[in-house]
Amino acid sequence: MGEIGGAPFETLVLDLFSKRRDRLPCPSLRSPKRIRVEEEPSPFETLAEEILFLILDRLDANPLDRKAFSLVSRSFHAAESRHRRALRPLRAELLPAALARYPAVSRLDLSLCRRVGDAALGCVAAALRSTLRSIDLSRSRSFSPAGLESLAVSCAALVEIDLSNATGLTDAAAAAIGKARNLERLWLARCMRVTDMGIGCIAVGCPKLRLLCLKWCLGVTDLGVGLVAVKCRMLQSLDLSYTAITKKSLAALSQLHDLEDLAVVGCPSMSDEALSSLKQGFKSLEVLDVSSCDRVSHVGLSSILNSAPGLRQLRLAYHSFVTPSISSGLQRLSTLQSINLDCSHVTTNGLKSIGSCCTSLKELSLSKCSGVTDEGLSFITSKNKGLVKLDITCCREITDVGIATMTSSCTSLTSLRMESCSLVTSLGLRLIGQRCHLLEEVDLTDNDLDDEGLKSISGCHKLSSLKAGICLKISDEGLVHIGNSCPELQELDLYRSVGVTDKGVTEIARGCPLLQMINLAYCTEMTDESLRALSKCSSLKTLEIRGCPRISSAGLSAIAVGCRQIAKLDIKKCHDIDDAGMLPLARFSQNLRQINLSFCSVTDVGLLALVSVSCLQNMTILHLKGVTPNGLAAALLACGGLTKVKLHSSFKSLISKPLLQHIEARGCSFQWISKPFQVQLETNEVWKQQLQDVVVR
Amino acid sequence: MDPTNRRPVYENSSNMVDPSGNFNPNQLYSQFDSGNLCFDSRMKQPLLEFPASFDNPTIQRIESAPFVNNQAMNWDPRAMLTNLSFLEQKIHQLQDLIRSIITDEAQFSVQPNELAAQQQLVTADLTCIIIQLISTAGTLLPSVKNTIVANSPPIQQLASIIGSTSSSGSNGASHQNKDFSSEGQTNKEYEDMLRDLSENGIEGIDPIQVEDQEVKDSEDGGADGENLPPGSYEVLQLEKEEILAPHTHFCSICGKGFKRDANLRMHMRGHGDEYKTPAALAKPTKEASSEPVLVKRYSCPFIGCKRNKEHKKFHPLKTILCVKNHYKRTHCDKRYTCSRCNTKKFSVIADLKTHEKHCGRDKWLCSCGTTFSRKDKLFGHVALFQGHTPALPSEETKVKEINKVEGVSTKSVEHQDVLDIKALDNDREYFSPMNFDSFNFGGLDEFPRTAFDPSESSFLFLPPGSCGFDQKNGEN
Repeated sequence: MGEIGGAPFETLVLDLFSKRRDRLPCPSLRSPKRIRVEEEPSPFETLAEEILFLILDRLDANPLDRKAFSLVSRSFHAAESRHRRALRPLRAELLPAALARYPAVSRLDLSLCRRVGDAALGCVAAALRSTLRSIDLSRSRSFSPAGLESLAVSCAALVEIDLSNATGLTDAAAAAIGKARNLERLWLARCMRVTDMGIGCIAVGCPKLRLLCLKWCLGVTDLGVGLVAVKCRMLQSLDLSYTAITKKSLAALSQLHDLEDLAVVGCPSMSDEALSSLKQGFKSLEVLDVSSCDRVSHVGLSSILNSAPGLRQLRLAYHSFVTPSISSGLQRLSTLQSINLDCSHVTTNGLKSIGSCCTSLKELSLSKCSGVTDEGLSFITSKNKGLVKLDITCCREITDVGIATMTSSCTSLTSLRMESCSLVTSLGLRLIGQRCHLLEEVDLTDNDLDDEGLKSISGCHKLSSLKAGICLKISDEGLVHIGNSCPELQELDLYRSVGVTDKGVTEIARGCPLLQMINLAYCTEMTDESLRALSKCSSLKTLEIRGCPRISSAGLSAIAVGCRQIAKLDIKKCHDIDDAGMLPLARFSQNLRQINLSFCSVTDVGLLALVSVSCLQNMTILHLKGVTPNGLAAALLACGGLTKVKLHSSFKSLISKPLLQHIEARGCSFQWISKPFQVQLETNEVWKQQLQDVVVR
Repeated sequence: MDPTNRRPVYENSSNMVDPSGNFNPNQLYSQFDSGNLCFDSRMKQPLLEFPASFDNPTIQRIESAPFVNNQAMNWDPRAMLTNLSFLEQKIHQLQDLIRSIITDEAQFSVQPNELAAQQQLVTADLTCIIIQLISTAGTLLPSVKNTIVANSPPIQQLASIIGSTSSSGSNGASHQNKDFSSEGQTNKEYEDMLRDLSENGIEGIDPIQVEDQEVKDSEDGGADGENLPPGSYEVLQLEKEEILAPHTHFCSICGKGFKRDANLRMHMRGHGDEYKTPAALAKPTKEASSEPVLVKRYSCPFIGCKRNKEHKKFHPLKTILCVKNHYKRTHCDKRYTCSRCNTKKFSVIADLKTHEKHCGRDKWLCSCGTTFSRKDKLFGHVALFQGHTPALPSEETKVKEINKVEGVSTKSVEHQDVLDIKALDNDREYFSPMNFDSFNFGGLDEFPRTAFDPSESSFLFLPPGSCGFDQKNGEN
């Protein structure tokens, strides 16, 4: 079918899109459409459902596109309803209606619904009896074992459940999950009340389990893990971080022939002795995480590494000492591709021995390691020229020499994170852009970056993320280069880079239409002009303009109208933003989920208007002079989807307690801040000075 | 001689089978006595020279080959005389007893079981006399001497049974026969035994049996786990009555029974100053002898039991306590029932006490209904059997609640259009019964606990303190 009608339909799709794009900015979407449908009775109605499905397959993730599609006609609406596989509802209360409309949903993400009761789960179980394959309850509360059981029993196709963070979950709930016979992936992170009994029920009930996450399940011991190893023979991935397991568990797990991914982060009883006692190894293991195991030294490490010949990825964060002895374990691991030594003490010789053992590394993370010198870095990078990702955040001993040799050997880097490498000068930073042209992600926060450096980085045409916060030397000139030659830029962080003004941002907005996140916090020169320019970036989702006092409601209105997908907004300390800025936000930014309004001039009126945004979940409302307790209470009550609200503690006594309890019961948690109102704003220079003092000390 | 004074005395078998070969008259005497188990306190005095004898109520011994042959002709005529005078006394005693029976019969109407008891007593005493006579004669026949009592099981059996019954019988004579009605029917057995005795006893020996025993010992390799070579230990066998006797130590003066020899020694102090000396109060030590003392192992009297020496794969028991516990656990009724669970029964009271310590607590349950006292046992069980799963308590409540949920879900669909708060109210209405959480894990709480978490319910709109289920319903 695709072959026969391929070409014409393709054009039709494009046509459809162009029309939609044209219409989108127009606020009155409905009336012209109705007229259109009446005038042309069936240009769309004639399309077969299969074709509509093909079109829908090609739509991207943007929810507005799908919505627009379903508004075309009845048949489009019906096709979209039947086509949708994934659903992420905002409120559990809407579930019955949503499920009635979308009968074919297989992935249900309830992470936006704080309160999911048994009724909601029962409703899901009844509506998606045969289709549901995956459900995410990791952020939800209020359901009981009974609800889970109805889900597990009715939905025979269920293969994936995420129950992380359900700290109240008991063994009864685990037993209910054990009734889902076909379950393959299960996350139980932080289910601290689940014990071996519950895990035992799951192990027996779900023999097809391939992934199991028991992170922070403090009630789980060797007995439960041992039973899992006996009953779930297909297990591939197991996370036992921060549990009380001992070497007995390891012995049991070594019987699993498909185990590929094992994490034992922060297990207090993991010691050299425990790892050495493993006679029979993990032959199939590919990813191993033994971070934060204080009692594991190179002895235990080498014994477990010897038993896992196929290891590709090794995480050793918070390992006490990386010395040459570590190489005894790494020697046989020619296949190792990724090694993570975050926050460890590293010696030059240790790095050298790693470099001489492992020559096919693709990823290396030395973030916050002490003791990384130019010599060590040069050696390891010269041996691993295929390195793709490098993280040397806070390696404060590295100088231009190290950067020079690193950039000359690793020319295929796509990701470089080197925040706060304070000894590297602007000259060294220039080398990065000159030599590594494939970079997509660069983090140069708090470095000596200047416009020349930015100019060299602009040579990386695939750049999608650039973090240049606290780079006081950069100015509009450098940004112009970025804007001119990095059209794929999606993320730009200019936090406290005070040299940047409207001109630079305008250039970025013009040259980087895909921009999704921009942080202009404390760039005090910014005015509404920047925001007007940024309003052209229609996919902008996150905007931080904290502490930009020259920005007013007008600029925010432009953003609201232009960037419909805006989801996170930080306008703290923008004193000129008032109710006039809130009204367009309320009208157009229907995707807004998080906002920080502190220190603005917004009053009750603006607040009440804002809370009509149904997606709103997270609000910080501190020191708003114009907001009264009653207005705040009304706003809180009106906004049903709130999950987290930061308020000044003075309001605590002013809002009636039952009301607060009611809002909390709906799934909202309050955070009461008692900081006094800061009259005088610190300037960037003062702040920078303070920061340097801290570093020197 | 007062029959009430008679009671069993337990002899250390090491005295009976003296490996050194000094077969002195006292030893000989004690041998007979332990075989008969009935003699009076006066006659027993010489025996007190062997203080170690209290621990081993032995009737039977199996001798290893090396010790059978020697025992030369060192026959002591004085010992023989003592034996004969003892026999004489015994016969007089018996005569008195029978005479008294005759007079009793004349004066009162004797109840049948009383008569039976007396008959039994007479039979026992007669057996005793016969055995002693044979033994005394046996001392004159050196080659026979060692096997005559030891290795002819019918005699041993008889002697032991009679010995024990006669001892209880003598008690019964003073206390109006409590137990004898039940034992009356065993008279026939005694007669059979007597016949055996007369056959075997007169013929003297059954050498084949001795050989049998030796062969068995060598085949079985002796004790379990210890690798004792066969023949390196002697096997002793208590009789059922002795095993079940509440006391094993008896005061030689007043006859009071004790469980421990230390208690007996404390008791003896009351009988005179001679028992208060440090030597008398000291714990009896093993007699210092230049020869190594033979290791003792025990056999269970239950024929067919693996712990019985006749069994092909005989595993001896190590101590008397082992014998007692083994016999009670394996061959006796479980008389003690746990008062908490009313299901577990025990025959050893210590087992009951151990069980009661964690009965009801830590009940680890499998879906098949089996319970375990330990979690690792349950998990081993679950790992072993396909389809078995750890079971949480109160399974039924869960099922009930599921049904409730299903009812709720349809209702909530109907109400989907109502306002937020109202919907929450409905939720609450439906949910509050469910929040009676009866799934306390481990069933530690006896009563269902309301797990209504205030923060989880939308009702907290209502005044604080209304978390209680009833109150909430009331406010609606």
